[in-house]
Amino acid sequence: MKQTNKWLPAFKAAFPATIPILAGFGFLGLTFGILMSAAGFSFWYPLLMSLLIFGGSIQFVAVGLLTAAFAPAQALALALMINARHLFYGISMLDRYKGMGLKKFYLIFGLCDETFSINYTAKIPEGIDHGKFYFAVTLLNQIYWVAGSTVGGIFGGLIPFSTEGIDFVMTAMFVVIFMEQWKKEKNHIPSLLGLVLSLICLLIFSADSFIIPAMIAILLGLTLLRKPLPKEEKAEEEKGGEAK
Amino acid sequence: MQLLITIALLALGIMITRFAPFLLFPAGKPTPKYIRYLGNVLPSAMFGLLVVYCLKNVSLFAPSYGIPELIALAVVVALHLWRRQMLLSIAGGTVCYMLLVQLVF
Repeated sequence: MKQTNKWLPAFKAAFPATIPILAGFGFLGLTFGILMSAAGFSFWYPLLMSLLIFGGSIQFVAVGLLTAAFAPAQALALALMINARHLFYGISMLDRYKGMGLKKFYLIFGLCDETFSINYTAKIPEGIDHGKFYFAVTLLNQIYWVAGSTVGGIFGGLIPFSTEGIDFVMTAMFVVIFMEQWKKEKNHIPSLLGLVLSLICLLIFSADSFIIPAMIAILLGLTLLRKPLPKEEKAEEEKGGEAK
Repeated sequence: MQLLITIALLALGIMITRFAPFLLFPAGKPTPKYIRYLGNVLPSAMFGLLVVYCLKNVSLFAPSYGIPELIALAVVVALHLWRRQMLLSIAGGTVCYMLLVQLVF
């Protein structure tokens, strides 16, 4: 009984943080559902995919994959490549998701761009269980996504007003989260590195293939920053908590 | 059936990327210092990457030359510096962008 009582405040605290996602996922999910229905699939497909895959970009790519010839190896390789950035979210959440019990499985399952951004930066109110807060954010976000894609799959292109441009809500959210993180941190170099190296990689590579080069560049940049001179490597290892 | 296999493989692929760090560095064992360091500095860099990722399809050299995006971004930043209310900044920038692409450009 005591436990169930604590869930409601966690959801109440989590909901405001997820409102931009409600708009963004609602719309993007809708678009995805509409695309699937235009490709000739019943709404069960977008519903199932949003439940099981829960990853925006890969699901849009999947519309093409599912209508083309069967290519299982390519599907797996694409999923790994498009979502490689999730590896970095996991590394960032190792500490925060420690000791979450069974909830942890779902927290990791639902660790998409948006959920990661909110759960990493959220100021969780006093007295709210962190695990339940993270869980509420993850679940709400997936509900928006599943609901959007199912409705899109059922109603197809019957939306009465123009929603063109509403996808900017995601861009705006990441900009705001970037600014919040900027205000919190003492050292701005990782932020700048992420922004500048990604831009450079976008200019060199195409919009569809810049993510992996950008991730490698960021990893190299951050690694070089940590160890300016190879000689200091050992001293730093011994110093311990330094990097923390 | 082939459709379901493809969906299952896509789900498997994305789950590998989400679960791998937690499987490689289980909570019971001490996480290597280098990984802990990455866990601390990666998020800032990834937020930078996500901003660029969202804007990756903006065409700078064809109409509308990225102008609506630039204006809407300026609105988001200005609102956020002014009020620091996340929802206000996000909603303001989005409404501004929708008006620009639907009515102006």
